Amino acid sequence: MSEAARRPDSIVYMAFTNRSFVIGFAITLFITLMALLSFVWTPYDVTVLPVANRLKPPSPEHWLGTDHFGRDVLSMIMVGARNSIAVALVAVGIGMLIGVPLGCWAAARGGWIDEILMRFNDLVFAFPALLSAIMITAIFGPGAINAIIAIGIFNIPIFARVARAGAVSLWPREFILAARASGKGQALITVEHILPNIASLLLVQATIQFAIAVLAEASLAYLGLGAQPPMPSWGRMLFDAQTRMIVSPTLAIFPGLAIVITVLGLNLLGDGLADVLDPKLRRER
Amino acid sequence: MTRYLLKRFAAGLVTLFVASIVVFSVMEILPGDPAQLMLGMEATPEALNTLREQMGLNQPLLTRYFSWMGGLVIGDFGRSMTYSSPVIEIVAERMVVTLPLAVISLVLATIIGVPIGVFAASRRGRLSDAAIMGGAQLGIALPSFWFALLLVYMFAVWLRWVPAGGFPGWSAGIWPATKALILPAIALALPSAAILSRVTRTSLLNVLGEDYIRTARAKGMPKRYVLWRHAVRNALIPVLTIIGIQFGFLITGVIVVENVFYLPGLGRLVYQAITQRDLIVVEGVVMLIVAVIIAINLLVDLSYALVDPRLRTRE
Repeated sequence: MSEAARRPDSIVYMAFTNRSFVIGFAITLFITLMALLSFVWTPYDVTVLPVANRLKPPSPEHWLGTDHFGRDVLSMIMVGARNSIAVALVAVGIGMLIGVPLGCWAAARGGWIDEILMRFNDLVFAFPALLSAIMITAIFGPGAINAIIAIGIFNIPIFARVARAGAVSLWPREFILAARASGKGQALITVEHILPNIASLLLVQATIQFAIAVLAEASLAYLGLGAQPPMPSWGRMLFDAQTRMIVSPTLAIFPGLAIVITVLGLNLLGDGLADVLDPKLRRER
Repeated sequence: MTRYLLKRFAAGLVTLFVASIVVFSVMEILPGDPAQLMLGMEATPEALNTLREQMGLNQPLLTRYFSWMGGLVIGDFGRSMTYSSPVIEIVAERMVVTLPLAVISLVLATIIGVPIGVFAASRRGRLSDAAIMGGAQLGIALPSFWFALLLVYMFAVWLRWVPAGGFPGWSAGIWPATKALILPAIALALPSAAILSRVTRTSLLNVLGEDYIRTARAKGMPKRYVLWRHAVRNALIPVLTIIGIQFGFLITGVIVVENVFYLPGLGRLVYQAITQRDLIVVEGVVMLIVAVIIAINLLVDLSYALVDPRLRTRE
């Protein structure tokens, strides 16, 4: 650690003394590294189908057992991680990049702009991710990209709403009035005063949305609307496991655990970040 | 107040109208000819033309939109070609599964999540707070359909307490029907309850840091009174927003969970209708779900006004 990072009031120091952040960071890093590693190495090749080896319980050769095609479950989970992370990252990114500016703009301008934006939001908002995904996949066919679009579109109004709700409650406050009195424009006030004050709100929401995105991707894949075989995905693995649960219950356990651990890690990371980045919460602790 | 209500209602109607245009156009750009798909590749041109005429596919776009829209307004959702019965009847049949399931789950999630969140906030920093929030973290991370699978394995396969799936219908009696909905409802409610408890806690902690709470405490009001009378009421606005969001989320979950339990609800209907290209059913069900979500959001908006009188007059 550099000299500056070791100071107790530096963000880095605070982050790495925050328990949620450390655990969440470790889990997220682990899952990300696992996904990256799968590009160059997996214990077994997931494109080969050694059917004679099918439905084996966990053993020293296959730590998490094998599936109905004899593929190594650990290798499948490693490759499946890529899919989950990529879909969630892009989908939440789309939601934040478009939703937050929209929400802030609506809160700053008020009047008819606010009205139109919020009605537009109501519209997108009225289509749950899976419903729009079903419609989108019906047109363009199932696949990971269409899953991203569907989940991303669903995220836009959520971030717009949260940003707007937070910003609307800030605009009448004295410190904003003071900033306006000093001649600052709405955009500058939004960037300098509104955004820092709603950042923790957005972060908590982003962690929830990231969780929802990973879960939504898994749901879509489970229904056969997400990533298509032979591309391994956690949701699809659970679908395949469902009918074989009596013979091989572990098949239904490990992909689910992978989802839970990933989402848990991301949430803890977000919580830790919120603690560290929000000066108000920090003082109260 | 009346003006506020009317304005919200009008806005809801506008959203619904635009949604109908979106749904109709999306279904219009779907590739493939519904008539061809239903009659198969060997169909004669005459047969195809007759069916197209019957389905109204030969009419201009705008005419079709307005006759579909006009039908929706008076409750006529059209006629399904694969089921050969009115869409409204099929939907009503499926609705008796989906609606109770969604409502039971939302109620379960709220009565579990909100009080837990309030409790955790009132015990901030203590062991019970940490334990509850740890549990909530786990709950949020749980995919409802995986949790459903685990519930099936435990209670249906292993303990044999409830059926593993299927729905006997309400005619089989209230208890057998409800029994079939218990596991799906729990599977759906738990993640939502976890999210609600977290949002309630965060929101309440924000409010508890406000000056007026300190003032109320300083002038000697009992802690519990301040918590419930001043803090919880003000903390409810973000919670209500999330409950509204959760409903859309639950409907989404219902579609997946219905598939885990083989429940004959709306989710399975819309899914099957798309693969059978029964467009009129897809349009009807999607519009219905959208209308329900808009109505729920309208109710949430209205409840803001009940919770916070200041918002009633804000333009």
